[in-house]
Amino acid sequence: MSADKKHLSEFQIALRNFKKNRLACLGVVILGLLYVAVIFAEFLSPYSYKNENRNYSYCPPTVIQFFDENRLVWPYVYGRQLEFNAYHGRIYTIDKTQKYPLRFFAPGDTYQWLGFLPGRRHLIGVSEPGRFYLLGADSRGRDVFSRLLYGGRISLSIGLIGVCISFTIGLIVGGVAGYYGGRVDDILMRICEMFMMVPGFYLLLALRSAVPDNFNSVQVYFAIVVILSFIGWAGLARIIRGMCLSLREREYVLAARTFGLSDRKIITGHILPHTVSYSIFAVMLSIPGYILGESALSLIGLGIQDPFASWGNMLSDAMSIVRIKFAPWILLPGFFIFVTVICFNVIGDALRDCLDPLLKSEVKG
Amino acid sequence: MWGYILKRFLVAIPILLAIAFVTFLLMRFTPGNYLDTMRMDPQYSKATIQHYEELYQLDKPLLQQYLQWIKNILRLEFGYSFYYNVPVVQIIGGRLWNTFVLSCASFLFTWGVALPLGITAALRRNQWLDRLIQFFSYVWLSVPSFFLAMILLYAASQTGFLPLGGMVSPNFEEMNFLEKALDILKHLAIPTIALSVGSIAALQRIMRGNMLEVLGQQYILMARAKGLPENKVVYHHALRNAINPLITLLGYEFSSLLSGAALIEIICGWPGLGALMLTAVRSKDIYLVMASMLMGSVLFIIGNLLADILLAKADPRIRYERG
Repeated sequence: MSADKKHLSEFQIALRNFKKNRLACLGVVILGLLYVAVIFAEFLSPYSYKNENRNYSYCPPTVIQFFDENRLVWPYVYGRQLEFNAYHGRIYTIDKTQKYPLRFFAPGDTYQWLGFLPGRRHLIGVSEPGRFYLLGADSRGRDVFSRLLYGGRISLSIGLIGVCISFTIGLIVGGVAGYYGGRVDDILMRICEMFMMVPGFYLLLALRSAVPDNFNSVQVYFAIVVILSFIGWAGLARIIRGMCLSLREREYVLAARTFGLSDRKIITGHILPHTVSYSIFAVMLSIPGYILGESALSLIGLGIQDPFASWGNMLSDAMSIVRIKFAPWILLPGFFIFVTVICFNVIGDALRDCLDPLLKSEVKG
Repeated sequence: MWGYILKRFLVAIPILLAIAFVTFLLMRFTPGNYLDTMRMDPQYSKATIQHYEELYQLDKPLLQQYLQWIKNILRLEFGYSFYYNVPVVQIIGGRLWNTFVLSCASFLFTWGVALPLGITAALRRNQWLDRLIQFFSYVWLSVPSFFLAMILLYAASQTGFLPLGGMVSPNFEEMNFLEKALDILKHLAIPTIALSVGSIAALQRIMRGNMLEVLGQQYILMARAKGLPENKVVYHHALRNAINPLITLLGYEFSSLLSGAALIEIICGWPGLGALMLTAVRSKDIYLVMASMLMGSVLFIIGNLLADILLAKADPRIRYERG
């Protein structure tokens, strides 16, 4: 071992190993881009999530034109003409007489960025009556690209908040059960078992049905987060409890106790910090569960309600499969869920690989 | 062994009662119940509604209602489904069976594919085939099952090779036994694949890891050293030890299948317990919800128990009688 390595803490070593994993770094970059994109959703999207125009139902993606009569010009898009065929199917033909130049920082729907900063400029757009559908339109003629950004806000944040709640509960319950042992342990673990003995999706449905119908969308969002974390904490609590059972026998815990530290301080300050390397990758690997849970609920109509967008409820358009043939872009939300999940999985796996030695030295060593 | 099974059942009973109680509370605190829907329907007279209220004691205090329900359960009376207008028992049995069929099919498919894949990957460690399997299992692990089901349904609608949703064809009654079986199998294909692909990927990785670990053991070296043919080393000495740890997973695997099956049932129109639960929850059909929840949990517990028993059978080192 060279001299400079001695100055690295174990975490820094783990971090360096993580950086060597190219795939995981790619995952971090993609996730980072996704998060930045959804944070600036209002600005990056050409339309608001509820800007609808029924004349453009399932309008195909707009192609950006760069050439006009073989000359390179400022990018523009053509207008669309809607016709119906003999079976009342919608046919969109390109109307070459209408040209709408792309405009940057174009004024459009007004918005409150993150709920407080008012604005009406969008990164890209075309002036009315032209419509700019980068990734096509949904059944009500709303821009799928804009809704993907807004929907990503729900889908990407629900995992983070859910994991925070369930890990807090899991760590506390696991820590208390493992530290005290005996009867406390018995009772807490029976409760855990109860949660683990119910099929998750059934519990999800039952809990969701208990949410009042008159909740507004923000309340429903938080209700779903709470429900998902309510289901998810038990598995973690059991594992943390197992680790704490062995940690509490260690000398430093005995030392802390002889110094007269309170139980609360011993658990939070001396025992739980040693489960941190497990928790880090467990967090990463459990986030997809929340994203999938929300998507599944929204997909069957029990989650985020229209007109608000989430990747799950956007995908419910594709539940009637005949539409997929005429408007394959309605499958895009599913693709985004897939990309997000695979990123979290890759990062979680990489973290496990580089934290594993650390974990072994902490709990067993 | 029998003592152990009995003990497990006894432990399960209070947990089941608690689950039922929580579900009961949830449903009672839900705003509105099915009788409210009836009240708004002019078809039902006030007397009918009052009759129902008295019959199911919906006007009594909560605890009394719950105890009454438990009493009925013990006589295998699960109450009355307001939505379907028949006793719950009549619906739930068939649905339970359908979910069981789907779960079993998916289970067999998962293990039947994942184990050979894992073994192949381990034996060709770091060769291209292994890399290919690992790459695809990474991808498939992350594909949401509902998304996969949609794509498969779409593919089926384009090719016309497999039926779209449901469990039987419209002319099911006219078929002979063999055709009936084939018909159900055809309908089973899409939900089974959608449900299994993720688990195959996960299980394959675990199997590969176990196999590699066992192949590194000294008794394998010993077996090779004394000149046993490679086939015998792998399939006789290594495989059994590599599979053992997987059996602990079996119960969890089956349980998570059950939970995952609910969503796939809804999307593929498979008439199972999960789809029933959704209908019941939506229409606030309280007894149907409670019965579905309870039956789901029972299936779940049986799955776990079966796994433990199998583990004991497969691994002579494990004894359940003591401790």
